[in-house]
Amino acid sequence: MGLTNIDWVIMGVYFAFVLGIGAALQRYMKTSTDFFLAGRSIPAWVCGLAFISANLGAQEVIGMGASGAKYGLATSHFYWIGAIPAMVFVGIFMMPFYYGSRARSVPEYLRLRFDEKTRGLNAISFAIMTVFSSGISMYAMAKLIQLLHVLDAPFRHLGIPQTWIFHTGIVVSALVVLSYIYLGGLTSAIYNEVLQFFLIVAGFTPLVWLGLKNVGGWSGLKASLDPSYMHSWVGMGNPHTNRLGVEWFGLTMGLGFVLSFGYWCTDFLVIQRAMAADSMASARRTPLIAAVPKILLPFLVILPGLIAIALPAQVVSPLATYQTTGRAVPLGQGLVPVKVDPTNNQPVLDQHGNRQLDYDLAVPNLLLHYFPTGLLGLGLTALLASFMSGMAGNVTAFNTVWTHDIYEAYIRPNAGDSHYLMMGRLATVFGIALSIGTAYLTTRFNNIMDMLQLVFAFVNAPLFATFLLGMFWKRTTGHGAFFGLLSGTVAAAVHHGLTIPEGSVAGIKGGWLGLVHTYPSEMAQNFWTAIFAWVFCFLVTILVSLMTKPPNESQLIGLVYSLTKRLPEGHLPWYQKPVFLGGAVLVATVLLNVIFR
Amino acid sequence: MGLDIRLPIGMFFTLLGILLTVFGFLSNPSLYAQSLGINVNLGWGVVLFLFGLLMLYLATRAMFFRSRLQKAKLKGKEPQS
Repeated sequence: MGLTNIDWVIMGVYFAFVLGIGAALQRYMKTSTDFFLAGRSIPAWVCGLAFISANLGAQEVIGMGASGAKYGLATSHFYWIGAIPAMVFVGIFMMPFYYGSRARSVPEYLRLRFDEKTRGLNAISFAIMTVFSSGISMYAMAKLIQLLHVLDAPFRHLGIPQTWIFHTGIVVSALVVLSYIYLGGLTSAIYNEVLQFFLIVAGFTPLVWLGLKNVGGWSGLKASLDPSYMHSWVGMGNPHTNRLGVEWFGLTMGLGFVLSFGYWCTDFLVIQRAMAADSMASARRTPLIAAVPKILLPFLVILPGLIAIALPAQVVSPLATYQTTGRAVPLGQGLVPVKVDPTNNQPVLDQHGNRQLDYDLAVPNLLLHYFPTGLLGLGLTALLASFMSGMAGNVTAFNTVWTHDIYEAYIRPNAGDSHYLMMGRLATVFGIALSIGTAYLTTRFNNIMDMLQLVFAFVNAPLFATFLLGMFWKRTTGHGAFFGLLSGTVAAAVHHGLTIPEGSVAGIKGGWLGLVHTYPSEMAQNFWTAIFAWVFCFLVTILVSLMTKPPNESQLIGLVYSLTKRLPEGHLPWYQKPVFLGGAVLVATVLLNVIFR
Repeated sequence: MGLDIRLPIGMFFTLLGILLTVFGFLSNPSLYAQSLGINVNLGWGVVLFLFGLLMLYLATRAMFFRSRLQKAKLKGKEPQS
C-alpha cells in the first residue's frame, strides 16, 4: 500500500506544529520551575487531557484494540474497574498532599514524608523504568512503520536500502521529541499531549463509525460474534467461563485495586501533569476531568478490535507477512491475521496446535482497510503522535526525577537554579540517547525486555500500599516504608517464581522457583502477583513502623491526612467541587458496567 | 504559560479540515469504495474544520478578555463585566 501526497502533507503539517509549539514556548523557559513543572501555570482542562494522553501511547491504542479482538468487551475492565476509581481517588484524597506539599516529584514527596532511602529507591527504579519505557515505545513505533510498508516506496525512490526504514523511524522520532522538550520542557510535552489527544479522537472516530456501519451497527456486531465477546461481567464467577481467564475477586482486587491505584495514584509520569496545574483546585480537578474522556475511550480503542474480529474472514488482510514471500495467505479471523514466526515464516501454534492470531495488527489493519488516502494520513499521524507523546511523557518524567531526585540529591546539591535548568535540558538529551540504546537492545534481546518489564512489575506492585499508609496513617515511619517496599517486591518475585499460567513452561512466565499453583491464565497470575505484593508491603510497613520510633508529627503537616486542615471549597461553584465531579464520574462508570455487563 | 494551547490546536485542525475537504471535493469517487462508498475525506474534513474554528474562537475570546482585564488594571479600576 502506498501513501499519496495528501497523506504526507498532513504528516508534515503535524510535525511543523509540534516543533512550532516547542519553539513558541522556548522564551517562557526561564527557571527550572518553568521547565520541570510548566511554571505551575496550566489550566485544569489542559492538565486533565495531558493526564490521560500521557498514558494513551500507541502501545495503549494498539494494545487495547488487540485485547478487544482477543478478550472482547471485558477489556473495558481496564477502564471501568481499573483506571476510573483510581483517578477519582487520587483527585479527591491524594492530590492535596502531592500539590500541597510543593514537592516537585513523587520521589520528593517520599523524602518529605519518609526519608532519603525511600526516595532514593523510588527515584532510581523510576528513572530506569522511564528510559526503558520510552525506548520500547520508540522500538514499537519503528517496527510499526516498517510493518505498514508506508516508507517502502519513497525509500526505493531515493535509493536507500529498506533496512534503513527502522533506523529512520528511531532517529526521526527521537529528534522530534528531543527538540520540543529541550525547547519547551514539560509545557511542550503537555501541549503536544493535548494535541495528540484530539488527533486520536479525530483519527479513530470515523474508523469506529465506518466499522460499525459495515457490520450492521451494535446489533450486527453482536450477531456476528460469540456471546462471550460482548459481556464484561457475565461469566466472571469462574475463570473458565470468561475470555480473560480471571475470576471476579482477582479482577477487582488485582486490577481494580492494586494495579490501577498503583499506577494512577503513584506514577510520577501522570502525577507530574497534575503538579503542573495553576492551583490546588485545578490540580485536584485534573484527574477528575481526565476521567470523563477516559470513561468513553473504550468505545474508541476497544471497539476497533471487536470490529476487526467480527468482519467476514474472506477479507484478505493487507498486512499479512506472507504477501511478501509470495505464499498463500492463511486465513486469520476477520481482519486479524495469523501470527507468523519471522525466523521461518511459519504460523505460530499454541499448545493445542491451533494457529495463533496476531492481535496487535487488528487496529493497523482496520485503518488500512477503511481509510482512503487523506483520512489514512490522519489515522497514521494520530498513531505516530501517540507513540511520540508516549515517549515524551517518559522523557519529561525522567529529566525531572534525574535532576531533582538524583543529581541535586546525591551528585551536586545547592547549585543555582540556572544550573539545574541546564541539567534538565542535558538530561533530556541523554535520556533520549539512552532510550535509543534501549530500543536497539530490544531488537537484539527480546527476552531481556520481557524480563525487565517483569522486574518493573515487581517494583511497582507494592507502591500503593506505601502511599496509602504514608498519607493516611501518621504513625508510618521511613524504615517501615522502605522495608515494606522491599518485601513487597520480594513477595511479588517469589509468588511469580512459584506459580505458572496454564500451558506455559517454567521460565519467564513463572515457576522458576518450583511449582505451587497453576493459574488459568497469565492475566490471573499477574493480578495475584500484584495482590501478594500489596499485602506483604502493607503488613510489613505496619509491623516495622510499630517497631521503630514514631515520626515527629509537626514535620508531617501538609503530608498526612489527619494532620492537614481540610481545604476550603466554598468559593468553588458546585460543578467544580472535586466530590461532585468524582461522584458523577463514579455513577456514570457504574451505569456503564451495568449496561455492558 | 504565555501561549494558549487552543490557538495552535485551532490553527492545526482548521488547516487539516481545509486540506481534507478540498481533497475530498477534488478526489476521484472510486477512491471511496473502501470506505463503504462514503466520501469520508469531505465529510470528516468539514467536521474537523468546524472544530478548529471553535477552538480559534475560544482562544481569541480568551485573548480579548485578558487584554481588557489588563487595560482595566492599567487604569487602576476594576473591569466591568
